[in-house]
Amino acid sequence: MSISKQEAKDFRDQVSAWMKENKPADPGFLLPQTFMEVGDERQLEFLREWQHKVWSAGYLGMAWPEEYGGGGMERGYQAIADQEMRRHAVPICFNVIGLGWAGPLIIDMGTEREKARYLKGILSAEDIWCQGFSEPDHGSDLGNAQTRAVRDGDEYVLNGQKIWTTMGNFARYMILLARTNPDAARKYDGLSYFLAPMNVPGIETRPIRKITGEYGFTETFFTDARIPADCLMGEEGQGWKIAMQTLQYERGAEAGAAGGLMMVRVTIDDMIEELRDVARDGEPVLKDPVMRDQLVKMIMEEKSIALGDRRARVPALTSDYPHSLMLSHKLRTTEMTRRMRQFAINLQGAAGGLYVGDPEARQGGFWQRAYFNSFSATIGGGTSQVQANIVAEHILGLPK
Amino acid sequence: MSVIGNTALSFSEEQAMLLDVAREFCRKKSPIAAVRAQLETGSGYDPALWDEMVALGWTGIALPESCGGSGMGMATVVPVVEAMGRAMLGTPLISTTLAAQLLLRAGGEGPMESVLADIAAGATATVALLENADWGESRITCTLDAGGVLQGSKKFVADATAASLFVVVIEHHGAPALAIVRAGQLSGDAISPHTLIDQTRRSASVNFGGVAVAEGDLITGGAVVTALRDLYLLGALLTAAEATGSAASCLDTIVDYLKTRKQFGKLIGSYQALKHPTVDILTAVDSGRSFIYHAATLLGEGPLDRDAEIACRMAKAHATETLLYAGDRAVQFHGGMGFTYECDAQLYIRRAQWSQQQYGDAQHHRKRLASLLLD
Ligand SMILES: Cc1cc2nc3c(=O)[nH]c(=O)nc-3n(C[C@H](O)[C@H](O)[C@H](O)COP(=O)(O)OP(=O)(O)OC[C@H]3O[C@@H](n4cnc5c(N)ncnc54)[C@H](O)[C@@H]3O)c2cc1C
Repeated sequence: MSISKQEAKDFRDQVSAWMKENKPADPGFLLPQTFMEVGDERQLEFLREWQHKVWSAGYLGMAWPEEYGGGGMERGYQAIADQEMRRHAVPICFNVIGLGWAGPLIIDMGTEREKARYLKGILSAEDIWCQGFSEPDHGSDLGNAQTRAVRDGDEYVLNGQKIWTTMGNFARYMILLARTNPDAARKYDGLSYFLAPMNVPGIETRPIRKITGEYGFTETFFTDARIPADCLMGEEGQGWKIAMQTLQYERGAEAGAAGGLMMVRVTIDDMIEELRDVARDGEPVLKDPVMRDQLVKMIMEEKSIALGDRRARVPALTSDYPHSLMLSHKLRTTEMTRRMRQFAINLQGAAGGLYVGDPEARQGGFWQRAYFNSFSATIGGGTSQVQANIVAEHILGLPK
Repeated sequence: MSVIGNTALSFSEEQAMLLDVAREFCRKKSPIAAVRAQLETGSGYDPALWDEMVALGWTGIALPESCGGSGMGMATVVPVVEAMGRAMLGTPLISTTLAAQLLLRAGGEGPMESVLADIAAGATATVALLENADWGESRITCTLDAGGVLQGSKKFVADATAASLFVVVIEHHGAPALAIVRAGQLSGDAISPHTLIDQTRRSASVNFGGVAVAEGDLITGGAVVTALRDLYLLGALLTAAEATGSAASCLDTIVDYLKTRKQFGKLIGSYQALKHPTVDILTAVDSGRSFIYHAATLLGEGPLDRDAEIACRMAKAHATETLLYAGDRAVQFHGGMGFTYECDAQLYIRRAQWSQQQYGDAQHHRKRLASLLLD
């Protein structure tokens, strides 16, 4: 089954018309560039309403099964809808931990009951999801997570602490990695995975102020918090395996995601456009030979990633290290994005020193914020350094 | 339009087959010991090996069938050259291929039929292009006098000692033209070999003064200008393909050492100061392969278009810097061993300096890319 050219075009026109008609007006307050930047109730309610509207119109979860609130359609339709959302620069669909990670996980590995219970709320934005993996002392070394879950009758009792919980204070559910067996021979085998409710006694969140200035993530404390035993996903001891599967989605394997704009995308074209009127030595910055050389390097870097995505589909050209393009993708794209945004500030001259809130900041400090936000991807989901270790060990076979 | 532009990348069965054949051939016939055996010889390659390459049809891949070629286009030369780069196999294949392309594109299939047929059948050829060290120079001083006799000399002529045929770029009546010169027409002391940093390579200064050019050996007209422009781009692309292959095997050399050498009781590959740059080399080689096969995809039949130009320039700018980095790190990561002539790291670091300078370095191409992309 595939979508004909005509069907694709008709559908694109239809989405485009809808986006034009329904794109919300500027709310007069700062809208998050990523789901990790949702810092207050105003933003939350605005984005919740927008996602609900997109889903109601049929442009979100288009390829998810119909019986769970999805559209039951070809994936290609969602891809078109996503492109149109990007093109019309509408707000993001912010429930990303649900839409992009927990949702696909539940579809791929969940039981019938779990699908019926969780998927629709993810799409409609009724149920915000968060992720409880990282702990104060165990971030990169996630396999060492110590938050405890102890079975007691038909409940589990949770004790411990998570941190950097994006939208922890807004979420109704958490994908939680906790230790059910502290005595397991391998640290990984003692972990279990839960689809846990957040609104139970004993779970407390405390917002943390972020580098960007807002409060987008929390510390999350568990003190004898009791959750139903049927929140366990899979079986006890399978937590690490399921967590790794989750990270696959998180690191960019988009197959299965519900779609929607997950973050404000900025490309090198946006940067070039934005800088056309910036001067350097009295001339347009885009005429400066040194800056041009830098810019060309960045264009090449972005292009090489697009070309790599193409080459990855040619088996005859990937036989040396078959998974190298795929496994290095997150490392490469996030690092490229970070450098590009840093450079965009660099190009602004003295205005590069202005920040969000200054009336003269270029585009309201958009690039400054975007640069800071880029670290959420070079740190979150496995840091670049850890990604480099993974590539070195799994692709090149270098020793640990 | 996005500055990222065209991202086409396709690879035909013919290309895939040639890549396989070429890699297998190079693995068998050009192990590092064979490469090293040629480092200090006059021609820099084994004539018997060249004959085998000719028999495989490699000199005619991009020549039309009417000239004894297989008509598969330059896109199919790229995988062969990449494979040769991996094996550090010299030979005049690149110079011969480029000379043939220049003749074909400037002179046309019909008029060039017999000379191209010679090349397809194994006659070695080269382009005599540069007069000084500047790849951005467009002035030509080599010329024909009123009697049809060449005046001037050329530098950095690749594989000059091995070449049976020279395509000399000259100025004629105020426009670029080409003169075909046979090796036999040169005086005994016309060729002065350079001593090169890359010992798998050969090139020389060639004095063409006094060589009479027959009317049929002079190519003039508008097609010469376009063909020359394309020569620079195709030369850049083949150099990039070769450098990318060399960088890939340089990476293998590094990885092997990191997996066997121990210090402080541990394999040195466990140290991230070595591990992470090695990953950087891997991703750069990955991009290099994407760039060269993207460029190959866009070559087409006739003169190169803007997208193809951008692709060739990016391929060269990227490949060159990748090999420079890989070769440089290969020496460093082998420690004292890396400073020896015996260690293969030297082959790569030398190749890197050479490749960087062929058909324009990275800055040369980025400067032109800036105009293409930003103005
Ligand atoms: C914006 C943002 C949102 C986030 N949201 C969530 C969330 O919703 N849920 C959640 O669970 N987590 C979240 N995280 C946490 C994130 O996953 C962790 O920060 C990350 O895994 C790193 O762990 P850490 O902070 O403990 O750093 P550490 O692991 O302590 O790392 C410190 C430094 O050491 C380096 N390092 C560590 N180990 C190695 C090694 N083996 N080799 C080389 N270098 C190493 C790291 O690269 C880093 O530079 C978020 C993070 C950010 C920035």
